[in-house]
Amino acid sequence: MLDAVFFYTFALMTLTGAVLTITRKSAVHSAIWLIVSLLGVAGLYLLQQAEFLFAVQIVLYIGGIMVLFLFVIMLVNLDEAAKQRQFNNQRWIALGCAVIVGAEILYVLAKGTASLSLPAPAAAPAAGGNTEQIAVSLFRDYLLPFEAASLLLLAAIVGSVIMAKRRA
Amino acid sequence: MNFFILSLIKAGIVAFVLMTTLAYLQWIERKVIAHIQLRVGPRRVGPHGLLQPLADVIKLLTKEDMIPSHVHTLFYLLAPFLAVMFALISIAVIPFGGKVNILGVETYMQLTDLNFGVLFILAMSGVGVYGVALAGWSSNNKYSLLGGLRSSAQMISYELPMALAIACPLLMVNSLSLREIVDAQGGFFLGVIPRWAVFQGPWPQLLGFLVFLIAAFAETNRVPFDLPEAENELVAGFHTEYSSMKFASFFMAEYANMVTVSCMATLLFLGGWQPLFPAEYGSKFIPTLLFAFSGAIAIYHGLNPARKWDNITLPAAGVAFLGVALIFLIPIVAEILLPLFWFAAKVGVILFLFIWIRGTLPRFRYDQLMRFAWTILFPVAMVNLLITAFLVAVTTK
Amino acid sequence: MPSSYIPIFIFLAVAILFPIVLIVVAKLVRPSAPFLTKLEAYECGIKAASNSRGRYTVRFYIIAILFVIFDVETIFLFPWAVRYKQLGWFGVSEVGVFLVFLVIGYLWAYKKGALEWI
Repeated sequence: MLDAVFFYTFALMTLTGAVLTITRKSAVHSAIWLIVSLLGVAGLYLLQQAEFLFAVQIVLYIGGIMVLFLFVIMLVNLDEAAKQRQFNNQRWIALGCAVIVGAEILYVLAKGTASLSLPAPAAAPAAGGNTEQIAVSLFRDYLLPFEAASLLLLAAIVGSVIMAKRRA
Repeated sequence: MNFFILSLIKAGIVAFVLMTTLAYLQWIERKVIAHIQLRVGPRRVGPHGLLQPLADVIKLLTKEDMIPSHVHTLFYLLAPFLAVMFALISIAVIPFGGKVNILGVETYMQLTDLNFGVLFILAMSGVGVYGVALAGWSSNNKYSLLGGLRSSAQMISYELPMALAIACPLLMVNSLSLREIVDAQGGFFLGVIPRWAVFQGPWPQLLGFLVFLIAAFAETNRVPFDLPEAENELVAGFHTEYSSMKFASFFMAEYANMVTVSCMATLLFLGGWQPLFPAEYGSKFIPTLLFAFSGAIAIYHGLNPARKWDNITLPAAGVAFLGVALIFLIPIVAEILLPLFWFAAKVGVILFLFIWIRGTLPRFRYDQLMRFAWTILFPVAMVNLLITAFLVAVTTK
Repeated sequence: MPSSYIPIFIFLAVAILFPIVLIVVAKLVRPSAPFLTKLEAYECGIKAASNSRGRYTVRFYIIAILFVIFDVETIFLFPWAVRYKQLGWFGVSEVGVFLVFLVIGYLWAYKKGALEWI
């Protein structure tokens, strides 16, 4: 009962945030509604006891990436820029994409869950919390992707510094 | 007892104690700063100005609350609300003491122990940036916007060394639960040196503690890092356009953040509620001695009054202190109060440090502040983490 | 949902209600006498020359993007720290390799002057 209440609250937060993100005209408002949506997702992670994901979602996405977004929007005054140039010629491409995605969703809904081959739910953890299990799988089973991530981050550092300091 | 009712009672107690602490922290800060500057501080409202916080609240409540015509109303109203909310919520996972038994009810002196408590607090302090950033943006004032931007950039910059410093005690304890972190710091080396993280081998976390403290000062926007409110360049920074209770909300959030980071420093590095030296050397008599000593001083000054009314108020305070000293001698009560005393004492020392430094140091320049975070504090924290990791790995069988 | 979350939500309710109650109480007791000059942006008495929505320095952007990158790195260290003794030297060497790349990136950014405010 309590679980259901929290689930619907967070789900509503996520969906409302997502819808308002794409419908608001002002870029700052969109960003703030995106934060609400991400908070809702964090809440859903928490309900699933994916505590590490919850923390990552908040620390990285809300506390890091969205701050970056807001900085950029506030710094370059996007609202002014949006008035000067319109992106209307993308409207038909966007409509086409929306129709395709909508058709896919309707198709899956019509076939029902039976059509999906879902993996069996993982067995209940023997001991330790979510963070501990993530540690074991991240540092033992998925060693190479983890090391590859550091290369990606290096590329990100180089890219961002070059973009921001082109003159140097 | 029902878990839900117990939680409600504990939440009520924690909220009440926290609010009182926040109100009186303001009074203590004004008094301490005043004495550092050879003044007496507030002393008109109530004996020794003790009712000053109440007077401040009444004043702030009845001040005109205006919403300037040029602000974005929704976000303008939301910002102080968010700042307070995220500052308060972290307290929910802070443990104040071990297990206690009050009237047959066994419980922990903590609202709840999450097995990712440290990450939870980090996450909440990360979201706290939005109170400041939104206030700055929605005010639609150049001072506010600059203050908000500065503040958010400063908060995120100092979050990195802070997180790296927090990781060091975690390496030794291997847990994210704050209660387990404190439990692992119990006991003594050679029978006298406490096993707190700042003293614990193989690499005592003195450097980590220092990095954490510096980052904590910056995270809470306190002197010498109070650039967001640098009054001689930005008027009042991000809260220039705020008045009345909304203005007070930002103040309260700042003080709540101070309390939270002090609690974190105590729990992670100073052994939480673990005593300074073993009970067999008489550490359980420390509170009695301390309160009796303060009581004696108060009574002495009451008998030699320096100001009007001192001959009444100081002996009264002295008797109250002696009473508290006696309470600590009752075995059953002392068992509950001792961990609380040690925890409060350590948090109090760190809070005093916050105030002391505010009374002593001038402000950084903004470029110095950012360069310090990125080119000194961050590498130092990283090297400290690597040394800790290496030494812990060497000493672990 | 584990029961250890319930006190969090209770305290969240307290933390939400507290500022609301304060602001509502303040609304009931305070005076209100707004007039045009009082509601203008405060710029030390001089009439604001322009809107505050303008363009600001790019340094904030560099700081934010570097923060995001190094924050990813930092948050990866937490699960490692929590399972440190179990992973042992294997984990140390793994994180060592991970950090080497980031230290190279950090040193490069430092040399390029991206970490300097001016």
